Amino acid sequence: MSKLRYALYTGCTARESTPELLKSTLAIAKKLDIELVLLDEASCCGASHLQDFDPFLSLVLNARNICYAEKKDLDMVTICNTCQLNTAMTKHKLDSDPELKAKVNEKLEEVGLVYLGTSSVRHFLYALIEDYGLENLRDRVVKPLSHLNIAPFYGCHNIRPSELHHHFNRTKENPYNPTSLDELIKALEGNSVEYEHKNKCCGFHVDLQAPKTSNILTGNAIVDALDNNADVMVTPCPLCHLNLDVKQKAATKAVNRDLPNPMPILHLPQLIGLALGCTPQELGLQHHVTEVPA
Amino acid sequence: MKLTLKVFRFNAETDYLPHYDTIEMEVDPKEVVLDLLNRIKWEHDGSFTYRRSCRHGICGSCAIKVNGRSTLACKERVVDMVDTFGTELILEPVSKKRAVKDMVVDKADFWQKYDKVIPWLVAEIDEHPKMENIIPPREAEKLEDADYCIQCGCCYYACPVVEVNEEYLGPAAFEKAYRFTADVRDHAKKDRLEIVDQLGQGVWDCVKCFECAEACPKHIDPIGKITKLHNQIFEEGVAKSNVATRHAVGFKRSIKKHGILDEGNLVLYSEGFGVFKHIPEALEMFKKGKIVLPWNMPKSKNLDEIKKLVDIASTVKF
Repeated sequence: MSKLRYALYTGCTARESTPELLKSTLAIAKKLDIELVLLDEASCCGASHLQDFDPFLSLVLNARNICYAEKKDLDMVTICNTCQLNTAMTKHKLDSDPELKAKVNEKLEEVGLVYLGTSSVRHFLYALIEDYGLENLRDRVVKPLSHLNIAPFYGCHNIRPSELHHHFNRTKENPYNPTSLDELIKALEGNSVEYEHKNKCCGFHVDLQAPKTSNILTGNAIVDALDNNADVMVTPCPLCHLNLDVKQKAATKAVNRDLPNPMPILHLPQLIGLALGCTPQELGLQHHVTEVPA
Repeated sequence: MKLTLKVFRFNAETDYLPHYDTIEMEVDPKEVVLDLLNRIKWEHDGSFTYRRSCRHGICGSCAIKVNGRSTLACKERVVDMVDTFGTELILEPVSKKRAVKDMVVDKADFWQKYDKVIPWLVAEIDEHPKMENIIPPREAEKLEDADYCIQCGCCYYACPVVEVNEEYLGPAAFEKAYRFTADVRDHAKKDRLEIVDQLGQGVWDCVKCFECAEACPKHIDPIGKITKLHNQIFEEGVAKSNVATRHAVGFKRSIKKHGILDEGNLVLYSEGFGVFKHIPEALEMFKKGKIVLPWNMPKSKNLDEIKKLVDIASTVKF
């Protein structure tokens, strides 16, 4: 297999409130001999909130981010579900509407850039599954996770709207019965936990204006995972992670449950890293608000 | 093809709790889910109750959930359900907590909320017009497919916010609001936008999960209309300064300054004095290295480009 190379769009969260996500992503890329070229020029994707305010500006900024992957002649990978959604949605709109693409390019030309549409945009999870392959990943496992019951929490913006994600993530992931994370957990020899809330919303996007809604949705997910004997939850989205990890106490309180033990929440690359033999420091486990027991 | 059906059974008049009947059935893959409902009633239990009418996906009566997925029973082919979920199908009403009898639900809250957005055209129309009150095709395009809603409730009962916030109007009502705010003949645009702008009941409480888009059997994309309502709230000058609107505007502010988002400053800007309630959480995050202090805030490379694009590509003011 020739060396895999991607342009990594980190998103903002991985550089601020979840530094462990960037750390662990780079750590597993090194172990798997995947080259990730950081897109340091990129701006925020707007997280669907800029889109509520100024949709045209959000298209221009996201197109600019993709331009930098195109300039490096690389496909883009994302490590945040919401970045994936907004970047893919921009790409979909520009690639299917030449008039809109021309309008966006008119702005981009002012700063010497042009959006072509040559780079694909995928979440790192699906790049790992499709390009690296679960069989190859299984071969690299040095510390099988067979002692762990792992509840996958998929996060909305990687599975819905399904048509968009089928196209860009190149998967047939069913939003009502997603399986990619379950299969990945099995490749790491862990036990994947089946529970109703695995494809439900964590409520992150209304954290500020409707904290009660957000806390109940997050609390429901954690309690459901716990009731199905999960030892740990794993998510490919740092925004879900913030809700599940940082807000865990408030969330479980909102659904009137005292947890016997806190539920550790891992980022996807942290889980993979544990199986590949990375150290807790390399994976940034010390950055979690809800402690991850050794 | 042999299927195992688990069928939700409940009678609000006599039962304390629901139960599930298990029925084995030989099924022709060409049948639709409504055929299964009919056969349960005709071949197994005549008391089994469900709504049905047109059988053409246009009346919206037969919405149910199959393995948790909202769908119109008359439109959904059994073979596609088996592809997705295997040969055990769980048939439930669109909302278990609103069940009256078996598949039949009480839609009272759905209609009450629908009413709140003034779901009719508000215009002074001559009682004896000489010609039809039509709009040119270019204007009609703005409605997109918002006219195709059949009020089946699939999106409403799939929405997680409806389940935890009784005030929240939900995707079907918002979709209907947009159908009229996008209509040039309508005179109540601002009234409607003020209704959907209210915190608690309005579009700002949408969690952006896309469950509604996935559930809609007419592929109307209710969340797309919710986004358009957000846009119209700003365009029409209806937006009030509150935590939700400042949160949306704060992204532009922050991007212009750093390229990437200044998370701490965004919370500060959105909340104003309300930021104090976040202090305990912020301290915990700080201890774990999850907060970047203002003087360490990273900036995107080639920030000048971003600043320029924000200046020349902005289309909305607040």
